[in-house]
Amino acid sequence: MKKIIQKHPLAIRWLHWLNFPLLTIMIWSGLLIYWANDVYRIGWGSTTILKFFPNSFNNALNIPFRLAEGMNVHFLFMWLFTINGVVYFLYLLFSKQYKFIFPHKKALQEAWQVLLHDLYIKRGLPPQKKYNAAQRIAYTGVILLGFGSIITGLAIYKPVQLNWLCYALGGYEAARIQHFVITILFVLFFVVHIIQVIIAGYNNFRSMLTGFEVIKPTTQTIKEEVQHEA
Amino acid sequence: MKLNEKTVTAAYIKKKSMWAYIYAALFIVVCIIMWRMLIAAPKIAKVPTPLRSSLEMNEYFFSHFYSNQKISKQYAKNLAATSVRVNGNYGLKNSSDTINWALYILKANGDTLKITLAQLKALPKTEVIFNFKCIEGWSQITHWGGVRFSDFAAKYFLQNETIKNYAGLQTPDSAYYVGIDMPSMLHPQTLFCYELNGKPLPLNQGYPLRLIIPVKYGIKHLKRIGSISFSNNKPKDYWYELGYDYYGGL
Repeated sequence: MKKIIQKHPLAIRWLHWLNFPLLTIMIWSGLLIYWANDVYRIGWGSTTILKFFPNSFNNALNIPFRLAEGMNVHFLFMWLFTINGVVYFLYLLFSKQYKFIFPHKKALQEAWQVLLHDLYIKRGLPPQKKYNAAQRIAYTGVILLGFGSIITGLAIYKPVQLNWLCYALGGYEAARIQHFVITILFVLFFVVHIIQVIIAGYNNFRSMLTGFEVIKPTTQTIKEEVQHEA
Repeated sequence: MKLNEKTVTAAYIKKKSMWAYIYAALFIVVCIIMWRMLIAAPKIAKVPTPLRSSLEMNEYFFSHFYSNQKISKQYAKNLAATSVRVNGNYGLKNSSDTINWALYILKANGDTLKITLAQLKALPKTEVIFNFKCIEGWSQITHWGGVRFSDFAAKYFLQNETIKNYAGLQTPDSAYYVGIDMPSMLHPQTLFCYELNGKPLPLNQGYPLRLIIPVKYGIKHLKRIGSISFSNNKPKDYWYELGYDYYGGL
């Protein structure tokens, strides 16, 4: 006999995995659109450290000259992405699952401890429930990115009819930059997320498929394990 | 809130995991099949039918919220660009079209009105200084002058024309053409434009007369208007035929 812990409800697993193709399609079609006026870069004056995006990147992903295609895909999948996000958010609220995700009082301080731990600078972690403080901040942050991408996207989609929104964000060009930066942050989140999932191991990964995590005989519950380590 | 714990057999874990992987595999397969069906669907004007339908549904949805009270922000004159970007010369190939130019209004009853530049300039002038938005993603604050289409329509008694759903505009050589819904044509910032920065339009900006329509992307701001017609069906549109959205509304 083995002990399991019910970690992810079915709805969260479905919404999580649906978001993967939806966000992938939104980012890819966004790249097709962005290419038509690809003016953003990191640098100063005539010095450019990083161009968004290098030609090699564009050519490798077959991005050039597909603006219309990008817009057509973007403006269908924006609905699915938004619906998925809204359903997820409402589910968090009504199922009270948000209590696992939204940062608690000492989240910032604890997240720092988690960071030091994950970078192998310090041993030991503060006690946690489903997620540690760094996870809470990251997962809440990515929900905010979702909201941000919808708001900034609407502002550049209908800058005249929603002119109040466009002004509120600092104008059309500012909203376009914000929409772009949010996309980059989504990608950075994704990279860190994948690395962390790999480090956390198979049992944790499987819990996003089956919903449960197996508690190994050598360890106690998540909570006890953490307290023990600390 | 607490996470629930259960004691189960190894066989239970194995069975549950197996089903989870079967569902995951099915999910991936369904996603791939749906995507392939989407992009392989029969095309309407170069766009797979489901995507074309979704563009039309977006148009239907957002045109319900459309209001001519919503104005593209007006800027001060000193913010307007002096070097105005030129992005296309479709329909401008024959500069001879500007000699003896006139605007032809194809009326609903079959009559044609011939309007000269002098007649347009005799109407009240409206100046629009707004952030011109190209579908490519760039924008530029530009300063235009001309006669409001709505003023023009009132002056020339086009009430039987403006009740139609669409206006179709063409260059004199018919090489470039756009179709525009009537509410957008009647927007207070939609101009039959003959001035840029207080001077006559340059040739590459559509001399002698172009459309300025801030509620649309630049692709709809037809340069060198030759004729305008009115219909309840969508008039032909250059970029629509090349796979873009017909509406193009901002």
